[in-house]
Amino acid sequence: MAKIPQDLRYTKDHEWIRMEDGVGVVGITDYAQHAMGDVVYVEFPEKGRKVRAGEDFAVVESVKGANDVFSPVSGTVLEVNDTLEESPELLNQDAYANWLVRLEVADPGELDSLLDHAAYAALLEELEAENG
Amino acid sequence: MTRRMETVFEASRPGRKGYALPELDVPAVDCRTALGKACRGKPPRLPEMAEVDVVRHFTRLSKLNYSVDEGFYPLGSCTMKYNPKVNEVAARMPGFARLHPLQPEETAQGAMKLLFDLGAMLAEITGMDAVTLQPAAGAHGEQTGLMLIKAWHESRGDAKRTKVIVPDSAHGTNPASAAVTGFETVEVASDDEGMVDLGSLEAILDDTVAALMLTNPNTLGIFEKHILELTEAVHRAGGLVYYDGANLNAIMGKARPGDMGFDVLHLNLHKTFGTPHGGGGPGAGPVGVKAELEPFLPSPVVVHKGGRYTFTGKDERPRSIGRVRSFYGNFGVLVKAYAYIRALGPEGLKEASEMSVLNANYLAKKLGGLYPLAHKGHCMHEFVLNGGPLKHETGVSTLDVAKAVIEAGFHPPTIYFPLIVPEALMVEPTETESVETLDRFADAMEEIVAKARSEGPEAFRGLPTTTPISRPDETTAARNPILRWQFGE
Amino acid sequence: MSRYTPATAEDRRRMLEYIGVGSIDDLYSGIPAGVRQKDLPDIPKALSEPEVIRDLRELAGANRNIDDLPCFLGAGIYDHFIPAAVDSIISRGEFTTCYTPYQPEVSQGTLQAIFQYQTMVCELTGMEVSNASMYDGASATAEAAVLAASATKRKKILWGRNVNPQTKEVLRTYCWSRGLEHGEVPAAGGTIDREALDGALSAGDAAALVVQSPSFFGTVEDIKALAEKVHGAGALLIVVTDLLALGTLEAPGALGADIVAGDGQTVGNPASFGGPAFGFIAVNKPLMRKMPGRICGQTVDSRGRRAFVLTLQAREQHIRREKATSNICSNQNLCIVAASVYLSLLGPQGLAEVGGQIMAKTEYALGRLEKSGKFRRAFPGVPCFREAVLLSERPVKELNRRLLDAGIIGGYSLEPLYPELENGWLLAVTENRTKQEIDRLVAVAGGDA
Repeated sequence: MAKIPQDLRYTKDHEWIRMEDGVGVVGITDYAQHAMGDVVYVEFPEKGRKVRAGEDFAVVESVKGANDVFSPVSGTVLEVNDTLEESPELLNQDAYANWLVRLEVADPGELDSLLDHAAYAALLEELEAENG
Repeated sequence: MTRRMETVFEASRPGRKGYALPELDVPAVDCRTALGKACRGKPPRLPEMAEVDVVRHFTRLSKLNYSVDEGFYPLGSCTMKYNPKVNEVAARMPGFARLHPLQPEETAQGAMKLLFDLGAMLAEITGMDAVTLQPAAGAHGEQTGLMLIKAWHESRGDAKRTKVIVPDSAHGTNPASAAVTGFETVEVASDDEGMVDLGSLEAILDDTVAALMLTNPNTLGIFEKHILELTEAVHRAGGLVYYDGANLNAIMGKARPGDMGFDVLHLNLHKTFGTPHGGGGPGAGPVGVKAELEPFLPSPVVVHKGGRYTFTGKDERPRSIGRVRSFYGNFGVLVKAYAYIRALGPEGLKEASEMSVLNANYLAKKLGGLYPLAHKGHCMHEFVLNGGPLKHETGVSTLDVAKAVIEAGFHPPTIYFPLIVPEALMVEPTETESVETLDRFADAMEEIVAKARSEGPEAFRGLPTTTPISRPDETTAARNPILRWQFGE
Repeated sequence: MSRYTPATAEDRRRMLEYIGVGSIDDLYSGIPAGVRQKDLPDIPKALSEPEVIRDLRELAGANRNIDDLPCFLGAGIYDHFIPAAVDSIISRGEFTTCYTPYQPEVSQGTLQAIFQYQTMVCELTGMEVSNASMYDGASATAEAAVLAASATKRKKILWGRNVNPQTKEVLRTYCWSRGLEHGEVPAAGGTIDREALDGALSAGDAAALVVQSPSFFGTVEDIKALAEKVHGAGALLIVVTDLLALGTLEAPGALGADIVAGDGQTVGNPASFGGPAFGFIAVNKPLMRKMPGRICGQTVDSRGRRAFVLTLQAREQHIRREKATSNICSNQNLCIVAASVYLSLLGPQGLAEVGGQIMAKTEYALGRLEKSGKFRRAFPGVPCFREAVLLSERPVKELNRRLLDAGIIGGYSLEPLYPELENGWLLAVTENRTKQEIDRLVAVAGGDA
């Protein structure tokens, strides 16, 4: 069973977001890293890029494929996690400790429309049931 | 052979050489004098080897490959049929291999006739009105075909057609080709036989749709039952229909894309017309069109007039999309395809398709007891096995099975494609295999499945063991790419 | 029954019985009646192998080839010597009749050959990463332009007027289809006009400049100076060149090129009426993941042994579908095996020697033709390699006619595409041309008759 921390918000596409001092910290979930398999590369957006909620703004590549990462909320890219450029495998080790992007969140209200811990856990259960 | 395979860079020894040029018979020119600062400073670190060592190196390398000349290669959607040797002889005739593409047309009439006749024969086989031989590969042909569609819509002042519809079962090249020609891809769902549902198609057809791309037979090896209705619906909506010729091997002399309502198509001469794949090229991807699209074909075009063959000049075809490649295409490959068609004739081409279908159905029936088949009834030239239940039951994945197939001495089928079948194995035996080969392959598959059931995934982990290498670490290769020889390693 | 299908009548009967159908046509019952077709009436009847050979010999014999006619024509395809070992190796079925190396355990031969080829391209171009080849030089250049547009997020491609006209045509087609703009920078004295380039770059909207060196005119460009200008405008420099020439010319990577592309026919591939040969493309690490096409990488197998695999595949069409960097699947693999055999045989010394002979013979031919009084150099004092533009006293059409009558293929007529070069004659002299052939050329071209 994939880990689902209590204090994060989630998307249906398996991204998480946490607010830290007014800044949105975004990553992919444990379920996502597990489904992708060995992560080999992360393609980041440029700093300063404006993104809309649901827009793909990063790509996580595994040996099997390339997975778009969608921004959970609208905002501006402040910082990307350079550590992952050198060591993409950290995403497999701990998907929550290794964020992808820090965002200046345009409308904190958008966070309310995201899944909470319980809702995301329910989504995963559903998925697991489907995949047998 | 267990000796480590050296690279040419390790085999290199300063001062060795594998060539000799005639003595220079004119006054030498110093590089610095001739080129000044453009003269190369540091020489490239190319290998220095004697001819015998070069030949041995590459001969030994070749032995690390599995090939059609060695055995059965049922790689679905790739049509790995036997490649007749006489075709190789033909392409190497000095009258073809030693022709300069810009030499006077009067000195290349034979080559131009070959191009003209090959185009006409391909048009006849596919039911199209005109063919360009310029595209160098299937994907290049697709790209060219979509450019023609784009140009056709543009010529009618219809600028809003920005979408290309592709079934979800399609080969990845289709959406990629649409993207590189500036189209947006819209997926249409296919049913459990990989067929496009007319209702779903009609629901997304509007005046922004430029074309529908289809493979027929589709990627599950089934002929689209409602092909005429589908192409008609697209035409009604003002769009064109594109035929991906990847699966033409099933239907030569039996049905023609041109008669099904397709407007544009590409062929893969390296699949259907017996030219070798070369480990990934050179192939050839001719594009055929209906008369309405003919003016847009890439330039130049060979014309036969007054007993002479000529290439059209640039100004003669003002609506042409232009060139997609230099000169006239992969000419040497075209010679091989021409020889293939001449050798088979109309009956032989039809027989090739019929035997590809008979072989596929025979093998499908044999393997159908081991795996659920993705199709019902009969298939065309290939079929797809669903590896999901075996994985669920035994933990043995399709990748494991593929490695076990290698261990058994065959090339594995295409795996994990099409995407709509879980753990898919796509099998295309082709017409050039004997029934004994098919039986041996079926026996091997039976043993593999039995082993999966009795021993589980552990028994597969170390496979293959008989190959020059065991399973490579692809994760490390992608995480820390080493893409060239590291000197001083 | 065709000789390429082993099934006997008895096999067929047995197979049909096993499947449980009466005839092969029953297997085609899924094809709607409306599209079923009988026969292919316009395809000529089948030929036995001797007849196939006879038919093709007849077609081949209707051509006059460059074994018989000394060839001074280049313009993109060149008559270089190919050692016999090259064809011997690429005739091996193990290289010829295998697929793209998706199953690395049974494809190490192809994979290692690609890896070695990539290394050779890197060494020759002075770049860090090469892919496993492209279709030809023209399409490789077009893909390089697309790559530059994607990397710079700009939409305009510039090229020099002295870029091969066919390459320019392919660039135009690709630009149109990708929605890119383009512009041509004039040439002055055979090389890119620097002032005009400044003007073209001043708008600050160019993604890249495509410069060819040796250019279509055979002239050698000052890559370093161009790179400075282009980089100053925030654009990338695409250098189009030729692998054989790079044994003699400075590596573009050492001079500031961002992308190096070109055609590889010159190293080990016959003229073959223009194909197949191959295109190459090489970049430095920052552009690595945006590069189109297959790439082979080194790794280890589960027992720690060196192994080669296709890698960075997430860029490619079969995984990224509509988001792929390119739609290219097959490339020109067998042609790069030929190239790597050729380059292994010649080595750095051989390539330099070939280059030296080319420079000596070109200079000899140009000097003799000038001396005849019937020609002058179009760009005196500008370094050139293997090819040069001469301005002829008489029309090139007439000149080439005379030469052909004398059994020689003359140079390329420039005037139709370059009206500014009146009676311009682009002459190619490779190491394959002998002094005797050059003297004969001079006698006919420079003679009065």
